[in-house]
Amino acid sequence: MTQYLEFEKPLAEIEGKAEELRALARANEEMDVSEEAAALDDKAQELLQELYKSLTPWRKCQVARHPERPHCKDYIDALFDEYTPLAGDRNFADDHAVMGGLARFRGRPVMVIGHEKGNDTKSRIERNFGMARPEGYRKAIRLMDMADRFNLPIITLVDTPGAYPGKGAEERGQSEAIARSTEACLKVGVPMISIIIGEGGSGGAVAFATANTVAMLEHSVYSVISPEGCASILWKDAEKMREAAEALRLTAQDLERLGVVDKVIPEPMGGAHRDSTATLEAVGDMIEATLTDFENRDRDALIKGRRQKYLAIGSKGL
Amino acid sequence: MNWITNYVRPRINSIFSRRETPENLWHKCDECGTMLFHRELRDNLNVCTNCGHHMGITPRDRFAALFDGGIFSEIDVPEPLADPLHFRDQKKYPDRMKAAQKSTGEKEAMLVAVGEIGRTPIVAAAQDFSFMGGSMGMYVGNAIIAAAEAAVKLNRPLILFSAAGGARMQEGILSLMQMPRSTVAIQMLKEAGLPYIVVLTHPTTGGVTASYAMLGDVQIAEPNALICFAGPRVIEQTIREKLPEGFQRAEYLLDHGMLDRVTPRTEMRDELITITRMLMGMPQAVKGDLPKPEAGAETEVEDAAAESVEVKKDAPADAAK
Ligand SMILES: [Zn+2]
Ligand SMILES: [Zn+2]
Repeated sequence: MTQYLEFEKPLAEIEGKAEELRALARANEEMDVSEEAAALDDKAQELLQELYKSLTPWRKCQVARHPERPHCKDYIDALFDEYTPLAGDRNFADDHAVMGGLARFRGRPVMVIGHEKGNDTKSRIERNFGMARPEGYRKAIRLMDMADRFNLPIITLVDTPGAYPGKGAEERGQSEAIARSTEACLKVGVPMISIIIGEGGSGGAVAFATANTVAMLEHSVYSVISPEGCASILWKDAEKMREAAEALRLTAQDLERLGVVDKVIPEPMGGAHRDSTATLEAVGDMIEATLTDFENRDRDALIKGRRQKYLAIGSKGL
Repeated sequence: MNWITNYVRPRINSIFSRRETPENLWHKCDECGTMLFHRELRDNLNVCTNCGHHMGITPRDRFAALFDGGIFSEIDVPEPLADPLHFRDQKKYPDRMKAAQKSTGEKEAMLVAVGEIGRTPIVAAAQDFSFMGGSMGMYVGNAIIAAAEAAVKLNRPLILFSAAGGARMQEGILSLMQMPRSTVAIQMLKEAGLPYIVVLTHPTTGGVTASYAMLGDVQIAEPNALICFAGPRVIEQTIREKLPEGFQRAEYLLDHGMLDRVTPRTEMRDELITITRMLMGMPQAVKGDLPKPEAGAETEVEDAAAESVEVKKDAPADAAK
């Protein structure tokens, strides 16, 4: 059963009706509803296309946060073999909001790191809704350093509302951990590939998404602040999140035009959650193509290329 | 730097405040309420003479007190695109910019300069909290890159004074991208083996703290400065409890191992001279009155600096006095 977003309500009605009809037919063998159900399916498909043809930035935020959207763990399970989680920052704790470890990607050994939001109440709490603490960033730094030493490409899967705003997180140096993680991203002499699969929330995302290639799924978002946060500061009204989402230019399409994002990966009609398998495959193919591109690039070229890319950002406006 | 020769150089931006305040004005300390004579407060670098409370100080006033003889040369910062997102909230971004420029007399939220402190050549950058909350946008990123490039070219340490509410929302993702961009700048310094010293001033928060302001070789803060990633109000809303007294203040961070030192503004200059000279392998600074410099002895160095770095030559007319 799909969970519908607010703007998908008309769609929910039609798909609900089709489902009801089919249920009726299952209960009553003499009934033939195939024609009516098919007509409703067509109507639903049409509406879905209409809705997703031009999602507003705020709607994209909702799609990006959809609870059934494939998360980091789904990508690791589907695309990587021999995933061997490596835990802990060697200082304080292991942060369950950040997954990371050695794995094989289509045969090649790599380091994979990402934010995991969880998919039910229990796992969401365990994963702290994908909001990392300093330990998460410090674990990532450790894994990036290791990847660098053993010449393993680094793949990061970014999906976080932002770094966790908690008391302990601040006391243990949230800022410093994020700053060092970004620094680590810029230092490694191996290919660094980052995919924003859902929400790219501010500094908590930058700390993983400073890469040679940054890709975004079609309906994912990447922003300096959440639309709600921006609305409450600049509009003094958190309800103005639609306007804020618009103004922030946080969509994959705008970010590609600004040169912040290198690739936009198309999503299945109706968003990644409507066809997870296809989404996971598309991301896998993008990773493979990018790894192949970087195959003969030496360490210095990778580091220099990454730096040049960031220094050049800002030369293109909208 | 030789203060006598520099005194007559027209290209120098020197001790002046663009917004002249009548000398007979009084200020009330926000902390203890004491009425302070404007000049008395200014002479004490905007630190309350009664309770030691540190009030805001503009980069220009700070540099005037920091550099020998109050003399420094501003470094040009490459101009970023204006309003790249065509951002509009309740006001248009260009209108907010104009208002900030008018009220501060400054172009943007960071000032970069070269000069000497205790005859120690340095590059300094200071963020201006009075300019749109010091917010980190493309200009600030460009300023840090320009500062780092100048430091590398001139083989000098970089001292950065941070003060910001965070990223500049009106530049959206492009403001966020100043986190990696400024980090690249700091890496240039580190690779050149040059010291990078951060002085965190009130307040330093958000993406600024989570990038260049936390990457210093030495991290010094002014007393009671708020230094954090997430602000106290956001945290209180998240964890639904009251935060302890002094949480996220400089002394608290020092206690938690996040800073090297907390130093009052009035002692900062001497401390920066001491530290930079040791890190640069220079002899101990001469304290007190300096001997009269030999004519021409050190000017060559400064001339070389002026040629290799694009130095602002068109000092505003009122700077000459
Ligand atoms: Zn006072
Ligand atoms: Zn005054």
